[in-house]
Amino acid sequence: MIFATVGTQLPFPRFITALDRIAGKRGLDIFAQTCDPAARVEHIRASAHLDPASFDKHIREADRIVGHAGIGTILSARKHTKPLILYPRLASLGEHRNEHQLATVRSLVGRVGIYVAYTDEELEDLLTRPDLAPLRAEDSAARNALIARLSGFIAA
Amino acid sequence: MAVQGLESGKRKRVMAIASGGGHWEQMMMLRDAFAGHDVTFVTTLAGLGERSGLEGVRLVPDCNRHKPVRALWSLLRILAVIIAVRPQVIISTGALPGVIALALGKRLGARTIWVDSIANAEEFSMAGSLARNHAHLWMSQWPSVASAAGAEYAGSVL
Repeated sequence: MIFATVGTQLPFPRFITALDRIAGKRGLDIFAQTCDPAARVEHIRASAHLDPASFDKHIREADRIVGHAGIGTILSARKHTKPLILYPRLASLGEHRNEHQLATVRSLVGRVGIYVAYTDEELEDLLTRPDLAPLRAEDSAARNALIARLSGFIAA
Repeated sequence: MAVQGLESGKRKRVMAIASGGGHWEQMMMLRDAFAGHDVTFVTTLAGLGERSGLEGVRLVPDCNRHKPVRALWSLLRILAVIIAVRPQVIISTGALPGVIALALGKRLGARTIWVDSIANAEEFSMAGSLARNHAHLWMSQWPSVASAAGAEYAGSVL
């Protein structure tokens, strides 16, 4: 099962539509949390909102996570060591207030376990590739750098 | 990260305070920074410490700037923890109870650290802005936010 999430603040119809189309074309089992009670999907299972326990359960059971480039998406995938595909919201298409999701994915480029889809073709490729690596906390150079700075300050 | 063997003279009393939810999660992701010190964790939700495998986590009431009476109650409880623990370093990842702890702790001689939440990708959080004058080390987890505000960036939990 692939678990898809758009976060809890705004619907993301371009993303859900793309997932639905790709699931139909490639026969994928996708469960999507859509933040959109009016979302119409044909080929995927969907729920507008999930309580924290069932959100966690879906993350645990998924073999990969796909979502908007929100902090919650990234931390959830990492907590359960799952491969993560990010499909950033674009402010230029009215999907967010500003382009901070593009800034987020740029800051994560090259991280093992994080894959970025800027187009539906890239999304389809990443949803069907067999060889995705899981996202692990200990691989984060940014986290290790922050910890080193804090530990130096505390010891000084 | 490896736990470094600190000599007893270098062991510090550290108070790490974070409200329940994302603030606490981020504190847990940074806890390796306190390895080898005497750490007292403080949060606002019962059960969080146990879920993170920690014992002796202290609870203080959560508060926000819209409820001043509750904030005063929270302040008194935080002060009681500071008096009991006498931390040499206080670190917070948010939110308002962390600001109060830094403000009180700095006046009582502690060195103070604010790490603004990773969720604040565009500008400092309200609490983070308030924390500025009370933090010896004032950090954002976003380079652009840090440089715009004159804060330090050294990495992030991502």
